[in-house]
This record gives sequence, structure tokens and C-alpha cells, in this order.
Amino acid sequence: MPRRSWRPTFALLFVSGVVFAAESERTGLGSEPTAEELGAAGYTVFPDGKGLPAGSGTVSEGRAVYQQFCAACHGKNAEGDEAAALVGGRDSLTSGRPRKTVESYWPYATTLWDYIRRSMPYESPGSLNDDEIYAVVAHLLHLGGVVGEDAVLDQESLPRVEMPNREGFVSDDRPDTD
Amino acid sequence: MSKQRPSRRAFLGLAGAAAASSLHPAARAQTTGEIRDLGDTPSDYGRPSPFEDSKRWSRAPDATASSSNTPLADLEGIVTPSGLHFERHHTGVPAIDPDTHRLTIHGLVDRPLVFTMDDLVRMSSVSRFHFIECSGNSAREWSPAGAPNVQLSHGLASCSEWTGVLLADLLDEVGVKADASWIVAEGADAGLMSRSVPLERALDDVMIAYGQNGEAVRPEQGYPLRLLVPGCEGSISVKWLRRIEVAHMPSMARDETSKYTDLLPDGKARQFTLVMDAKSVITRPSGEQKLDRPGFFEIRGLAWSGRGTISRVEVSTDGGRSWTDAEIEGPRHAKAFTRFRSPWRWDGGRHLLMSRATDDTGYVQPTLAALLEARGRSTIYHNNRIKAWEVRESGEVTNAEA
Ligand code: HEC
Repeated sequence: MPRRSWRPTFALLFVSGVVFAAESERTGLGSEPTAEELGAAGYTVFPDGKGLPAGSGTVSEGRAVYQQFCAACHGKNAEGDEAAALVGGRDSLTSGRPRKTVESYWPYATTLWDYIRRSMPYESPGSLNDDEIYAVVAHLLHLGGVVGEDAVLDQESLPRVEMPNREGFVSDDRPDTD
Repeated sequence: MSKQRPSRRAFLGLAGAAAASSLHPAARAQTTGEIRDLGDTPSDYGRPSPFEDSKRWSRAPDATASSSNTPLADLEGIVTPSGLHFERHHTGVPAIDPDTHRLTIHGLVDRPLVFTMDDLVRMSSVSRFHFIECSGNSAREWSPAGAPNVQLSHGLASCSEWTGVLLADLLDEVGVKADASWIVAEGADAGLMSRSVPLERALDDVMIAYGQNGEAVRPEQGYPLRLLVPGCEGSISVKWLRRIEVAHMPSMARDETSKYTDLLPDGKARQFTLVMDAKSVITRPSGEQKLDRPGFFEIRGLAWSGRGTISRVEVSTDGGRSWTDAEIEGPRHAKAFTRFRSPWRWDGGRHLLMSRATDDTGYVQPTLAALLEARGRSTIYHNNRIKAWEVRESGEVTNAEA
């Protein structure tokens, strides 16, 4: 079958504004976000610290935030209650009865910041300000023995926190059965 | 529920007079008998017959961090009715007005853009059948006998025809920069659910869906807009999608680190185990059903693979000692439910029924023993073991240790 030449047809149609000449042509739909819209969009915090806002918090400030907004569900010392334990469980991962917590399992401290800003406190997510989030993260990491009593967390120091299970993850090598 | 309808008496009066005058007396004698009621008038949105009671089963009906399972045993064909599609959400189902909903795409792009629903519907559309399966589906199947019925054992999986825009087309509109390698998707639910998707995958067959089975996506499924990453664990198909950030790395969100990772015996955990491996299950006869008497039954079930199409399903009625090929019934779409069936004559004895799927990569659905051998006992997700149902002499069907 002789190859049909589509191009002239498309060119013609395109000139008359009916059809796009090529698939890669953009539609031009969508509009430029306003600065306000882009600002509201800036929620993701990455392991290298990208996305973290200004502000800071200390362990002792965080203790107060935690007692007021978190302890009712996660327990006085984050040992777990109605909601999950957030600390403990180190060295349990190979035990056959793993206790996966922020302390024992999470590879990045930035994830804790990102998650609390998105989702906690469970019934009023979005209610903490950035300083309070830095502080409660500092408190939880201190409870888990990851940072010292005098730690101050901000956009510089948080990404540098070394989580105990930082090297605990491998990539997907399935299929693993035959 | 009774609807208003025209007075039956009025209609009968007219019709009766006409009939009496036009029919031969003998013929008339044959037509008299029980007088039948007229049925209901048309309705604005149809519902299943009141004699049907297919329902989702909810793990924690009063909780907003909950899930509900599809009654797979009740389904025919490959499509899950939208109202029976399984649910999994962490912070409840938001009510979103499509007129004010926006999708923002930004990050490592040439032109950040905001799309209205109208913009998205105007773009080139695709309609595709795809299953969605929660990677926590079949979590109870790590114990040999597993769950007692197929709604509990496999009901965190459903299949719909999804309509929407290819993400690749949207990424074309914004222009992805050379140093980008991931996208991060975010929902508009209370907890702003978020997951990262490798860019390579995002440019492949990932969709932004606004349609489900011919109508708008249901609220529980992400109305008005959801991400759909075909063949991958459900949680990555972020619902109520409002934002996509093109990025240089994954965000390592809570739901791709703390959750949805697979702990192995050496203490290391597999991460970004996105693809759902090939799986099948017999939905009829299945747990908690009862065979009324010996004779012919059609063994029916569903098979699916996140890697492609189902190429073969085998069925065993003797606990895996012998296998026969089942027939594939109806369409065989990639990364979609595929229906199989196999004729069977029940002799009234005890039988162990099993099914085993193979996909077009050659991957064969494993036994529980093979999974435990490869992964140990601490994994929660991605259980695609061969499931067995026991048919007892009484006709009762139960979960069984294969
Ligand atoms: C009303 C109860 C409640 C309160 C108060 C609450 N949480 Fe939670 N938290 C939950 C629930 C429920 C989940 C699990 C959510 C899910 O299933 O996605 C959770 C999950 C978490 C997790 C993830 C745990 C994991 O292992 O993945 C972290 C971290 C966390 N909460 C921190 C906090 C902090 C910090 C506060 C206080 C600012 C807080 N929570 C307040 C109920 C609560």
C-alpha cells in the first residue's frame, strides 16, 4: 500500500484552525498560576530540605506542643495509645515482631516535618504553625534518642539529622519467587 | 419506596371496555385471570433491584481512616460497579466543588500551569480499563487459611473504565526540565495525601482521571480528579488530586517510607514496590457460599497483573495436585481484571479449589510458601499467594489451608 502523505492535509487544516498539525503541539489550555496560588502549592518537603520554610523550634518548646496537641492519641511519651507509637522499637526490625516507629524505621527526619504539616493533629491538620512543627519534630526526635536535649531544628539543621534507619531501605528487586 | 403513578382504575376502565368489545368470547375466556399491577415509572437515577443486597464491607465504619471491601463474589464480568469500588482513605472523603477545584503543576517545569476541570475535559481524552488494588489487600492471607470469604480476602481490589487525560500530555503543556526525575502528587483531602511517582512511569501510561464507568469519578474515588497509575499499588493513585510537583527526587512521603514498604528478614525494607504482581482468585464457589446439590457448577474468578495482560489461568479442584487451563471470558485488557471460568461437576465429595494466574511476562502466581520463603514473615503488603477454598461434603465452602 502506498504511504499516504498526511502532512499536506494537516497543514491545510491547521491553517484553517481546525486541527493541530502534530501531536506535540501544546493545547495552550491551563493558565499561569498567580504568586498566591504557587505559594499555597509549596507544601512538599524533600529529604535535602527543599521546601522547608523559615522558622525554628527547640526540644522544650516541642514538649509543650506535643502535650497539648498530640499526647491524647499517641500517649504521654509517644509510646502509643489510640494512635501509633512514634518512638521505641530500635533493633526490633529483625526480631520477627518488628515495631516500626519514627525512631526505629523512618529514614528521613524531613518526612516527619512534611507529614505533620500535612496531616497532624489528626482532627485539625493545618492548625500548627511552622515553629510549632519544628519544635514538635525536635521533641519527638529527642524522645527517640536521635537528637540531644539542646537541639534546635530549622531549615538548615533538620535535613542534616541522621535517622537510625537511614540505610534501612533497598530498591524493589521483585519478582522474587519463581 | 412507592412512586406516584396514574390511577390504575382509570386505565382499567378504558382498556376493559375496548377488550370486551373487540374479542371473541372464547379468546376472552383465555385471557382472563390474575390482574397484573403496572410497574414503576422511570426514575432519575436507577438503583439495583430491591432484591439485591450487594454491599461493601467496612473495616471501621465510623472511622475516617478506614477502608471498605468490594463484594467480589457478587460481581460478573470485569467491571466493578462504581458504588461497590473498594475504598481506602486516611482522612475521610472530602466534598469538592468541581467549579472551584484546580490542578496546579509546578516545580522543575518551563511554565507552571493551573488547570480548571473545564480545561482538563477539553484536552485529548483516553478511556481505559484498569484495576486498582490496595497493596494491603490480602493482608490476612499471610496465615495459611486466610480470610473466610473473598470480600475479606481480596476485596481491596476493583476494576473500572477510567476516562481522563494522559499525564504525559499535561507534562508536555508545562515542559519538564532536564534535571527532573520524579513527580510528587498531592490530594485535597484533609491530610493532603501525597506520593511520589518516578518520572519515567509518569510519562508512560499514567492518567489524570475524571470519569469512572461512564460517569464522573465517585467521591470515594477522588471526585472530581484522581491520579491513576495503572498496575501499581492503589495508594500511589492519589485521589482528589490538586497538585503535581515535578522534582529532582522523591519526597520520601510518610506513605512511601513508614507505610507501603516491605520489611525483609535481614531488617532491610524494600521501597517503592509499586507494581502489583499477577494474582487470581476464585469468586464462585468461594468462602461462605453453599453448593445446594452435586452436579454442574462453573468455577469463576478474576485474575489481574500490574505488569501486563493475563496470559493463562489454571484451576485445580484437588488442592494443586493437578491443574487444568481455565477459559478467559471476555476482554483481556492490560492491568485490568480478567474473567476466567472453568466447568466443573461436583461429585459431592471434599475438594480444594485453587486458581493460578500467569501474565505475559511469564510470571506465575506463587504459593504462600514461596512468598514466605522469599520474604519472611514481617511483610504486610503485596500478598498475591494462591488462595484455596474448601468445598465440604455438606456443600459448605470455607477458607482452607492449601
Ligand atoms: C485525634 C488523635 C490524634 C492526634 C491528636 C494526633 N494524631 Fe498523629 N495520628 C493519628 C492517627 C489516627 C494516625 C494514623 C493516620 C492514618 O491512618 O493515616 C496518626 C499518625 C501519626 C504519625 C505517623 C505514624 C506512622 O508510624 O506512620 C505521626 C508521625 C503522627 N501521627 C504525629 C502526630 C503529632 C506530632 C501530633 C500532634 C501535633 C499528632 N500526631 C496528633 C491520630 C492522632
